[in-house]
Amino acid sequence: MTLHPIVIELIQLLMILFLSPAFAGWVKIVKCRTQGRTAPGLLQPYRDIARLFAKDVVLAENASWVFRSTPYIVFGVTLMAGGVIPLISVDLPLADTADIIVLVMLFAIVRFCTALAGMDVGTAFGGMGSSREMMISSLAEPAMLMAVFTVSLAGSSTSLTQMVTVMSGHAFVIRPSLAFSLVAFVLIALAETGRIPVDNPATHLELTMIHEAMILEYSGRYLALIEWAGMMKLVIYFSLGTAVFFPWGISGSGDPLSLIIRALFFVAKLAAGGAVMVLIETGLAKMRIFRLPDYLGSAFLLATLGMIAFFILE
Amino acid sequence: MSNALVIQLNTLLAALILLTSFALLVQRRMFAILHLFAWQGFFLGVSTAVIGFATGEHHLYISSLLTLVMKVLLLPYILYALIKKLKVHREIESIMNTSCTMFLGIALVIFSYHLTAPIRQLSTLVTRSTLAVALATVMLGMLMMVTRRHAVSQIIGFLAMENGLFFAATSATYGMPMVVELGVALDLLIAAFIFGIFFFHINTTFDSLDVDQMAKLKETD
Repeated sequence: MTLHPIVIELIQLLMILFLSPAFAGWVKIVKCRTQGRTAPGLLQPYRDIARLFAKDVVLAENASWVFRSTPYIVFGVTLMAGGVIPLISVDLPLADTADIIVLVMLFAIVRFCTALAGMDVGTAFGGMGSSREMMISSLAEPAMLMAVFTVSLAGSSTSLTQMVTVMSGHAFVIRPSLAFSLVAFVLIALAETGRIPVDNPATHLELTMIHEAMILEYSGRYLALIEWAGMMKLVIYFSLGTAVFFPWGISGSGDPLSLIIRALFFVAKLAAGGAVMVLIETGLAKMRIFRLPDYLGSAFLLATLGMIAFFILE
Repeated sequence: MSNALVIQLNTLLAALILLTSFALLVQRRMFAILHLFAWQGFFLGVSTAVIGFATGEHHLYISSLLTLVMKVLLLPYILYALIKKLKVHREIESIMNTSCTMFLGIALVIFSYHLTAPIRQLSTLVTRSTLAVALATVMLGMLMMVTRRHAVSQIIGFLAMENGLFFAATSATYGMPMVVELGVALDLLIAAFIFGIFFFHINTTFDSLDVDQMAKLKETD
């Protein structure tokens, strides 16, 4: 018995939706352990989201429709991006709607709307956060595209499912181009998801916050949606990384038992990836914002070197 | 070990050499530059041994050993002692715009790729694809010499150029004759001593190793 592709797609969307708070909780647990603190439970993010949904929304008087519609756009677009990346099967109906370039642009839509909403109510923090976010994304996006283009060259397609099929079919070869792209991708993913060398998701310190500054005016269900979308974004970046650089154990038949095995394998990859990310984060200090162009510039350099290495050496 | 795997390993080492060249280009701290240079020498030595293994040219093992001793241990040690002695190890250099230098470096890599294209088509050696990397390493060493103001980092740029030439020789013709290699190794050693004397004199005259100070030497009109 094999499941219909649409059913698999739905399972995947539910996985993204309901695994992401647990993943955020897992990252927090590992982080607290490495820093010698007591960790909140794995289910704490679920409780936070439920609490925020139950609360009333406090809106600024001059908040326009941009401010009010942004949380829904952010949530919806992020979820759609989650439907495109192959997690447990390459047989996804949604995957045909977007290739990897569209995926990068979907993230750009999310950032654009968040930045607009940050400026909409006219507070100083919102504008500052938006301007910083735009500076980072304008530098990170070309590097991101370079990194995924290199993998597209190796996988001879820009469609993610196609890339996974081609790459996991190969015998193992040492590819310096992919190693460079992987390092570049990790650097960019840390920047894009607002993790530590770039932004600190755990503080609301005025001088350093970037993402938190933009969403400072949100409350209630709006905040819940944005926070949830942020958690999903983290999972999506991880699944993008595993789909692109470690494509083993994703494609396979559609019968329920092997789907469950692949889903468990995905959860294991996610847990390992989260632990690695925490180790990177714990080992680094947050950078001054004016050092960020150097950081993202080196990510771009690595991505470009990856592409050059592909042409020169392979 | 199969031949295909050996070639892949060599490709990886070539990529690492290219990476260290770029890292040298943007690194500002003296000791970090020295470490990177030692790593580049290490990758070069291993790569030479790997090529020697793949092709059965056993004299490459001797060049590999020579490279490892000279460029990983001896030269970095001499420079380390010099930097310590002249007390410049805390100096952090201001380079011209980092990202600008990086883009120039990338342009140079692409340039050397195109420059070596005819050789790549004619050559039948297994190492022909790494020739572009070797030439790029020479160019990047030169770029490092041009963009730096500190005498020590200029010397390291020069030595990185030499690394590139050595790599070019192994990837284009499976290494130079033994006599030439021994001569070059000895020359480098002598050069390191001469650099040391120069550093000492520059430092005592100007109280700094910044070669921009030498502009003061010209006659005023």
